[in-house]
Amino acid sequence: MSLSHHHLNTNILPTLSATIPTPFPLVFSAPIVSFLSFIFYSPLSLPSSPPIFSPFPSSLPTRKKMATAFSPSKFAAQPFPLNTTSQNNPLTIPTTASPFLGSTRKLIRLSSSSNLNIRRRSGTVVAVSDVVKENKSKSTLNLLITKEEGLELYEDMVLGRAFEDMCAQMYYRGKMFGFVHLYNGQEAISTGFIKLLKQQDSVVSTYRDHVHALSKGVSARAVMSELFGKTTGCCRGQGGSMHMFSREHNVLGGFAFIGEGIPVATGAAFTSKYKREVLKEADCDHVTLAFFGDGTCNNGQFFECLNMAALWKLPIVFVVENNLWAIGMSHLRATSDPQIYKKGPAFGMPGVHVNGMDVLKVREVAKEAIGRARRGEGPTLVECETYRFRGHSLADPDELRDPAEKAHYAARDPITALKKYLIENSLASEADLKAIDKKIDEVVEEAVEFADESPVPPRSQLLENVFADPKGFGIGPDGQYRCEDPKFTEGTAQV
Amino acid sequence: MLGIVRQKMLEQSLKKIPPAVSVLRSYSSAAKQMTIRDALNSALDEEMSADSKVFLMGEEVGEYQGAYKITKGLLDKYGPERVLDTPITEAGFTGVAVGAAYYGVKPVVEFMTFNFSMQAIDHIINSAAKTNYMSSGQISVPIVFRGPNGAAAGVGAQHSQCYAAWYASCPGLKVLAPYSSEDARGLLKAAIRDPDPVVFLENELLYGESFPVSDEVLDSSFCLPIGKAKIERKGKDVTIAAYSKMVGYALKAAETLEKDGIDAEVINLRSMRPLDRSMINASVRKTSRLVTVEEAFPQHGVGAEICASIVEESFAYLDAPVERIAGADVPMPYAANLERMAVPQVEDIVRAAKRTCYRSVS
Repeated sequence: MSLSHHHLNTNILPTLSATIPTPFPLVFSAPIVSFLSFIFYSPLSLPSSPPIFSPFPSSLPTRKKMATAFSPSKFAAQPFPLNTTSQNNPLTIPTTASPFLGSTRKLIRLSSSSNLNIRRRSGTVVAVSDVVKENKSKSTLNLLITKEEGLELYEDMVLGRAFEDMCAQMYYRGKMFGFVHLYNGQEAISTGFIKLLKQQDSVVSTYRDHVHALSKGVSARAVMSELFGKTTGCCRGQGGSMHMFSREHNVLGGFAFIGEGIPVATGAAFTSKYKREVLKEADCDHVTLAFFGDGTCNNGQFFECLNMAALWKLPIVFVVENNLWAIGMSHLRATSDPQIYKKGPAFGMPGVHVNGMDVLKVREVAKEAIGRARRGEGPTLVECETYRFRGHSLADPDELRDPAEKAHYAARDPITALKKYLIENSLASEADLKAIDKKIDEVVEEAVEFADESPVPPRSQLLENVFADPKGFGIGPDGQYRCEDPKFTEGTAQV
Repeated sequence: MLGIVRQKMLEQSLKKIPPAVSVLRSYSSAAKQMTIRDALNSALDEEMSADSKVFLMGEEVGEYQGAYKITKGLLDKYGPERVLDTPITEAGFTGVAVGAAYYGVKPVVEFMTFNFSMQAIDHIINSAAKTNYMSSGQISVPIVFRGPNGAAAGVGAQHSQCYAAWYASCPGLKVLAPYSSEDARGLLKAAIRDPDPVVFLENELLYGESFPVSDEVLDSSFCLPIGKAKIERKGKDVTIAAYSKMVGYALKAAETLEKDGIDAEVINLRSMRPLDRSMINASVRKTSRLVTVEEAFPQHGVGAEICASIVEESFAYLDAPVERIAGADVPMPYAANLERMAVPQVEDIVRAAKRTCYRSVS
C-alpha cells in the first residue's frame, strides 16, 4: 500500500528539495537524484543525465524572467504540503493508506521490452532514462520502439505539424475564420498517447483539438473541410475549429470552455464501467483520455472530476498539456503550487510528470497509465511539460513570452528529436523520413484542395440536427409537427 | 380554420383521457388518486426496469431516498450502480452524466433544486443542448435533468427562482413542466425515452398533492407527447395559459370567474420548449382574450414569449391587450406576507381576466 505512491508519482522529489535547504541544482549531487533530475519540473538547466534526444542547453543566459520565477530559493522557502514522515527521511514513502491503491503493487512488474534497474525504480520515466543510457553504451537490442512504430509516430507528428502550419496559412488567406488554436510543439503528447488507443477508446479535448482528432483517425480532409466551414467537414461545418466531433473515431469534442471536457470525459469513462458492470458487456475495457492545459488545473471542475474518477475508479487518464501559458497568463502567476502532478495523489491517484517534448517518454508513461485504466485500477494524472511554438490562437500577438524561452523549447522540438533518435539508432534512414515528409505534404495539400472544392452547407442545413427527435421544433400553425412539413428546412430561422 | 380542425382533434383525444378539472381532493370519483411524488416515483421505477441503460444520479437520491423522497425505494430495487449518490459537485456530476449520455446510456440527473443547476448550466447548455448540432447529428444526448423549480415556502431568494424561461430560450433543449400526476407520469416517461436533453421542472409544493388518474395513466407504457399543451378547462370568454402550480391557481380563478359569468378556458402548457403555439393561438382565436400566468420573474419570461406569439399570429383576433401575470420583479423575499405578495395569487388572475373582459380595442 505504501508502495502505491512510489511508482508512478514523483512526490518524493519536493520533499528532497525541502529537506535539503540548498538551491535546486545542488540537489542533484546525489547520484540517485541525478536520474530523477531531468524529470523534475523545472526548465532550469539540469546538467546530469541528459536524455538521449532532448539535450538541455548547458547554460541559459537570458532566461532571467523564468529563472526568477523558478528560483530555487522561492521553492525552498515556500512550505511544501508534506507528510511529516518524509521530512525525516526523504526516501520514505508517504504512508497514506488508500485501499484502492493497494492493487498498484502490480506496477512493480515492468515492461519486458526493456532492461530496467528495479532498485532505482521510482517511475517509468526514470526507467526510460536507464534504458536510454544503456542503449548508448550497449547495443540497439533494447530500443523502445520498432521501426514500424517509429515511422508511425514520426508520420503522425509530421502530419500534426504540417496540418497546423497549413491552417495558419489558410487563416491568413481568409479561408478559415473565427478562433483557431494551433498545436505546434505539442505533437509528442497527442501522438504519444493517442497512438496507443483502440478505435473504441475515446478522446476528449479542448479547443486545441485539430491534432487530437487527426491522431485519433479523423481524416485530414474532414478536419480541413470542417475548418473551412464546408459541408464535407467532420461535423458538416456546424462545429468548427473548436468542436471536432467524430462518432466513428470516438472523438467526443472539442470544447471551448476550459474544464468543460473533463467531466464529459469522466462520463465517457463512467459509461465504460457502467457497460461492463450493469449492462454486462464483460469485455468493455474502453479507456478515455482527457486532454487539457495548465490553466484548467485551477478550475473547480478539474478537482471535482479527479475526486469522482478516483472515487469510482474510472478508466480515464487525465493528461495535462502544461505549456506554461494560458493565453498571456503564466502558469506560475496563476497557480499557488505549480506542480500539477502533485494534485493526483491528493485525490488518491498516481500523479506523473513527464517531458512532453519527447514522444518516446510520453509513450512509455502513456502505456503505463492506459494499461492501468484498462485493467480497472483507476485513473491517473499525467502532467506533460510541453510548449506551444505559436501563440494561444492565431489572433494572439504573443508578446509576453520571452524569446529565449521560446528558443529553448524550439531546440527541443519533438519532431527533430524523434528524427535524430530514429537515425542514430538505425531505425530509419534520412530518405525514409524525407519520403514521409513529402507524403504528408501531399496529404495536407490534397486536404486543402478538397476543402476548397467542397460546397458550403445548403440553407436547409441550418435547422437540422438541433434535436435527435426533431419534433422538438414543436407544432406548426396547421397543427402538424413542424418537422413533418416538407418545406420546413427551406425557410430561415422562422421557427 | 385549420385551428378548428386542431380543436376537434383535441376534443377527440380529450374524450379518451378524463381531464383533471379540479385539484380539490374532495372531488370524489371512481378514478384513483395519486400524488405527484408517487407519480414521479412510479415513472422512474418503470422506466428503469424497462431499460437498463437508465440510471439516476444526484445528491441524496440513494440512501436518503431522495431529498424530497421522489426516488424512494429505488436504491434498494436497482442497487448502487444505477442509483448514484454524488458528491456535492453539480458542475462535475452533470458533466459526467452528459459524457455518459454521449455513449447512449440514459442518465436522469436530479438537481436538489433547479437553483443549483446554475452551477452546472454550462454543461446543460454547452455540452448537452448544443452537442447534437455541433456534431452534426453524430452524438445525441438522451439525458433528463429534473428537480423542483420555482418558489417554495419561505426558502428565500436563492432557492426560489423559476428557470423555465432561461432553459426554454435555448435551442437543443426540451423543457417540460408538469402540473398534475398524469402530466408528471406521462411527461417524465416521455422525457426519459426522448433522445434529446430534457429539462424537467417539477414543483416542490405540488409533490404532496393528489390528482385523479385513470387506468390508462397507470399503464406502464403511458406516455404524453412532448410539445403539446392541454386544455384543462374549456371555455369561451378568455384564455388563461399557465404552467406548473399556476395551472391550479388558474383553475380556481376560473371557478371564481364563472360566478361572474366569465367562462375561462385554462390551458396547461406542459411544454415550454417546444411551446405549443398552435394550440394557444387556436384558443385565443376562439376567445379573443389572453391572460398568461407564471410564477417567474416577468421580464423575458414565458408569458412574454406567448404574448409575442399571439401578437405575431393572431393579432386581429384579439379584443383586448394581453395580460401577463408573473412574480414580482424582485428576488424572493423571506417574510411570509412579502412572499405572498411576490407570487401571483388567485385574485390576481381573476382581476386580470376581468380586465381583459371589460376592455375592448375598438
